Amino acid sequence: MADSADVHSLDGPRGPKPRKKLSRRNIILYGTLFVVAVYYLIPLYVMLVTSVKGMPEIRMGNIFSLPLEITFEPWVKAWSQACTGLNCDGLSRGFWNSVKITVPSVVISIAIASINGYALANWRFKGANLFFTVLIFGAFIPYQIMLYPLVIILRDLGLYTKLPGLIMIHSIFGMPILTLLFRNYFTSIPEELFKAARVDGAGFWGIYFRVMMPMSLPIFVVAIILQVTGIWNDFLFGVIYTKPANYPMTVQLNNIVNSVQGVKEYNVNMAATLLTGLVPLAVYFISGKLFVRGIAAGAVKG
Amino acid sequence: MNSIEIKKLSLNFDEVVVLKDLDLTIEKGEFLVLLGASGCGKSTLLNCIAGLLDVTDGQIFINGKNVTWHEPAQRGIGMVFQSYALYPQMSVKGNLSFGLKNAGLPKEEIEKRVKHASEMLQIESLLERKPAALSGGQRQRVAIGRALVRDVEVFLFDEPLSNLDAKLRTELRVEIKRLHQKLDNTMIYVTHDQIEAMTLADRIAVMRDGLILQLDDPKTIYNAPANKYVAGFIGSPGMKFLKGTILQNDKPIFKLEGGWSESPDLSNYKFQESIKTETQVWLGIRPESVVVGGEAKNMPVNFSLEVEVVEPMGADTLVWSQIGGQEFRFIIDGNISVNVGDRVTVGFDPAHVSIFDFDNEERL
Repeated sequence: MADSADVHSLDGPRGPKPRKKLSRRNIILYGTLFVVAVYYLIPLYVMLVTSVKGMPEIRMGNIFSLPLEITFEPWVKAWSQACTGLNCDGLSRGFWNSVKITVPSVVISIAIASINGYALANWRFKGANLFFTVLIFGAFIPYQIMLYPLVIILRDLGLYTKLPGLIMIHSIFGMPILTLLFRNYFTSIPEELFKAARVDGAGFWGIYFRVMMPMSLPIFVVAIILQVTGIWNDFLFGVIYTKPANYPMTVQLNNIVNSVQGVKEYNVNMAATLLTGLVPLAVYFISGKLFVRGIAAGAVKG
Repeated sequence: MNSIEIKKLSLNFDEVVVLKDLDLTIEKGEFLVLLGASGCGKSTLLNCIAGLLDVTDGQIFINGKNVTWHEPAQRGIGMVFQSYALYPQMSVKGNLSFGLKNAGLPKEEIEKRVKHASEMLQIESLLERKPAALSGGQRQRVAIGRALVRDVEVFLFDEPLSNLDAKLRTELRVEIKRLHQKLDNTMIYVTHDQIEAMTLADRIAVMRDGLILQLDDPKTIYNAPANKYVAGFIGSPGMKFLKGTILQNDKPIFKLEGGWSESPDLSNYKFQESIKTETQVWLGIRPESVVVGGEAKNMPVNFSLEVEVVEPMGADTLVWSQIGGQEFRFIIDGNISVNVGDRVTVGFDPAHVSIFDFDNEERL
């Protein structure tokens, strides 16, 4: 009888398998993650501390040390007094130019691309595949090839150096990748939903605005993030298709940091750079979760 | 009067022929089930009737009007989908009224119809909820409601119960039947489930490869299937087929291939036409038309065989055996106990078998 008692008692392994917290695997994994994180954060740290130091402190050369005395003077100067060429009104002008470029470009490109994607996914018209292929092909052509022809086109349209011209360029260049993104997302929406809406008498626009769009918040967020950061960070198109009065923030930043006359004001440069990067950074922080969800959702079907 | 008339309908996807020269007439108030394995073209046919697919050739009439080129919404149909296809961001009420708003109906009329439909389907308490907050059965009810509010002549169901669990499926099946009795409008119902087909239909159209193999009432389809495919598709567990020849002397006699002590006399089987001797055939016997024990002795054909596998299913028990090297199975009452190796006496009435030509598999 002793044997059967042994069988019924609960000696030996029971419940969840114990896991060692300090296993070699964990140490290597978290150690690597920590080192990589520090590696990426150090430049940001240097920028932050330098931007709140005065020039005398910077000249002492301790770039890693915390500031002895915190001053926001460099930030103010970068925003409203830093000089580019003859203008000394700081980055603020570039900031507003960038806003004037980014907002309409984002809205126009997403509006058109989402309708493109919807039409390609749901209303398979004749030649849809050819149209799609041509559009996607556009994504693989290097920009440099198109720079000069576009200058001529814009000049003939009378839009060269003007903001609407640059907005048009951004909207066009966003089209291939955004259309792909939207098409894939709309393809992943069950076709029966689209059929049901047709039986319910909704037309092309009715289905788009009342059925498809309300279901597609994640993909719209992804598109907004891609476009806002892409267009805000653009330098090449900004410097080519505008004139100094219309330069976006990135171009102006470059001109401030690379100006050769006078003393190099590292703290002002750092502050200016941080100011320029603030918008994309804010966008990432606010919408990180939605971004991942949307990308994953759009990636399921090709 | 005919509710739906389909004339010479063909549909190709590029090179693939899905429907060919299909003719179908459905009477007003009829419940027609399109039954077939997946890929037989039954859903495609339904989509053509709904106007969701452009046909390659042929015409579709609904209520005597040629609607071949009409938009789905103009055809006077309501449709229920397998995946419910409810608009996820709208409330139940929004889902029900979406089509009516698109049609430009006045507000009071919309209210009235939504109220009527939701009472009928017992979903009044759910009107403010979003589809995500509903169970599968409730969702499908709302989907039916969406067709109901449109106040249409023809209802189209595309495998509406396939996403539900077995218990709910039987419940909603009855409800759909009740709904049909109450509304008395034409319903076309696509399914691959033969039980749904048998229970719901006034007539069943069994389809394969874009063709209708047999269009008849459920009883005829069950008792006198037009060919071997239909015979095997309808009934669960399915009909078993014995290979053999018919010898015609003074009466038709079935000779099993592989040898069998019995040679059943088929004189009370109703042949479609007189049959030549030495015709190779399939003899189909439904497991449930075989009887055992004392009853078997009274049957025109009876014999004994050895039990090989026993599958108890509760009410019934399915028994597998062999006749002359060919598989044979039959159903007995679940209370009778049989064991592997037992010898049992079984019998059947040749009037209740089906005989098919060996080559073209058509009913003889």
